[in-house]
Amino acid sequence: MSDDADAKVSASRSKAASAAPAAGRDVIDCRVGKLYYGNFLAVRDTNIGVKANEITAFIGPSGCGKSTVLRCLNRMNDFVPSFRLEGSVHYQGQDIYAPHIDPVAVRRSIGMVFQQPNPFAMSIYKNVAFGLKLNGFKGDHGQRIEQALRGAALWDEVKDKLHTSGLSLSGGQQQRLCIARAIAVEPELLLMDEPCSALDPIATRRIEELMLELKQKYTIAIVTHNLQQAQRVADRTAFLFVDTSAGGRTGYLIEYRATEQLFSDPKEQRTKEYIRGEFS
Amino acid sequence: MAANPTAADSSLSPAPGQLHRSHRNTRTLVNTGLTVLAFVVSAVAMLPLFSVLYMLVVRGGPLLSGHLFTELTPGAGSEGGGVGNAILGTLVVVVVATLLALPLGFLAAVYLAEYGGESKLAVTVRFAGKVLTGMPSILAGVFAYALVVVTMGHFSALAGGVATGILMVPVVMLTSEQALLMVPSKMKLAALGMGANRSQMVLQIVIPAAMPGILTGVMLALARAMGETAPLLFTALFSDYWFEGKLGEPIASLAVLIYNFSGSPFPNQVNLAWAGSLVLVTSVLVVNVIAQVVTRRQHEN
Repeated sequence: MSDDADAKVSASRSKAASAAPAAGRDVIDCRVGKLYYGNFLAVRDTNIGVKANEITAFIGPSGCGKSTVLRCLNRMNDFVPSFRLEGSVHYQGQDIYAPHIDPVAVRRSIGMVFQQPNPFAMSIYKNVAFGLKLNGFKGDHGQRIEQALRGAALWDEVKDKLHTSGLSLSGGQQQRLCIARAIAVEPELLLMDEPCSALDPIATRRIEELMLELKQKYTIAIVTHNLQQAQRVADRTAFLFVDTSAGGRTGYLIEYRATEQLFSDPKEQRTKEYIRGEFS
Repeated sequence: MAANPTAADSSLSPAPGQLHRSHRNTRTLVNTGLTVLAFVVSAVAMLPLFSVLYMLVVRGGPLLSGHLFTELTPGAGSEGGGVGNAILGTLVVVVVATLLALPLGFLAAVYLAEYGGESKLAVTVRFAGKVLTGMPSILAGVFAYALVVVTMGHFSALAGGVATGILMVPVVMLTSEQALLMVPSKMKLAALGMGANRSQMVLQIVIPAAMPGILTGVMLALARAMGETAPLLFTALFSDYWFEGKLGEPIASLAVLIYNFSGSPFPNQVNLAWAGSLVLVTSVLVVNVIAQVVTRRQHEN
């Protein structure tokens, strides 16, 4: 008994699965020419293609625009009134900044996990079910919720208290709940904005292990200020830096390569300096 | 840590041997004096409330019995009776008022908090709400008189409900707006990030999260509404009979009963006024306490 929404989800999954073997397929291709908040040029000349079933990390000093670029990928920057993009972001064969594109629909197929864990003020069950409800999923909610919680390595800890508030969990558990909530709808792309910076080292480690498992099924883009984390989890790393030459602070892409190569043999001078810790 | 010899000369810290507490020190005396003053003044501030309660218990307490709640208000010169119809009448008026004020105030708050922002309309509505919280309650009565009583041609419970509702709307609106604004924006971003549109975010995430605060606001508005006399004086008027389901008829209420009976030459009616006051104050107190408990439980989450 498969329903419309159910069929759509499994169809897109099998589409992605059949496309995955094509190595280096771009799930999303972000081309920032100029990105403005009002008159402030925040980011320029940053082109990053996030590849399927990989973890792509954005690293760089504060203010280099890594979170801004990440938020371009699911049009979350739209909520800043003065935001303006000169560029394009290609996803599922279209430029999602084209005028006829519905940003709400874009966000339904891209998951996001934020720096501060932000579960809803409702039960664990309802938190994870939220996305399913939003997408009109008609299948067995219970089964999908269990799957998502297992996928987020949270099931064993919460299976006996699914109807208690999500806010009653610890920080690390809340973040895993947010991850479960995001993956319940099996998004094509999962964005994570410094997901571990509010957590202790043990919780951080668990989430990193989780990410490595998740990438078998999902594509992940992560912003992190922790270079060791990028080295531990990312297949590819994009290093952004701040350009103060024109008086302002404009972020731009310096180097984007396979993580191992970026860290062991950086091509650009700035990359070398940053990795060796001369900048914070 | 070795002490720096040159720092000791100009240091402002107490010298060794001078760390012990001194009760004759000016600073300590002033501190103690102000602390005592703060306690005394707080006690004095509570005096009016407790003396009113004490007086009501002493004067109205003797009449507390089953009869008080089940019997009708006695006519002039009659013995016995109770305030049952007044209690029921107050409940009816408050229910009508809440049915009018709650949707109006709540939806206005949703607009102010989630959609209006700082637009001209929102700024004006917020200002109007703040002004109306201090509006003399008799004006609400006058307004309901002109709107309902004159139109219908007679006094009614409905008019009383409208007048009381007008007093409730600003309180419901402003406290609900605050409750909605207190929902953390990170929770809203999470919903938006999942592809909820604005209404879905507001309906499914923001409003449920703000519910305890909204309910508190409604209860505070209720507590105010229960005790207002002026709006009922020439809208709902009074009645010596039970409410029979006809909102188009005048209705009894505790507030008007107290107003009418307290100046009565008949001691029976005066005693009933005291008893009615006790019932009214207790009800207002109970509603306020419930509102406090709900707020506290919300903060513990």
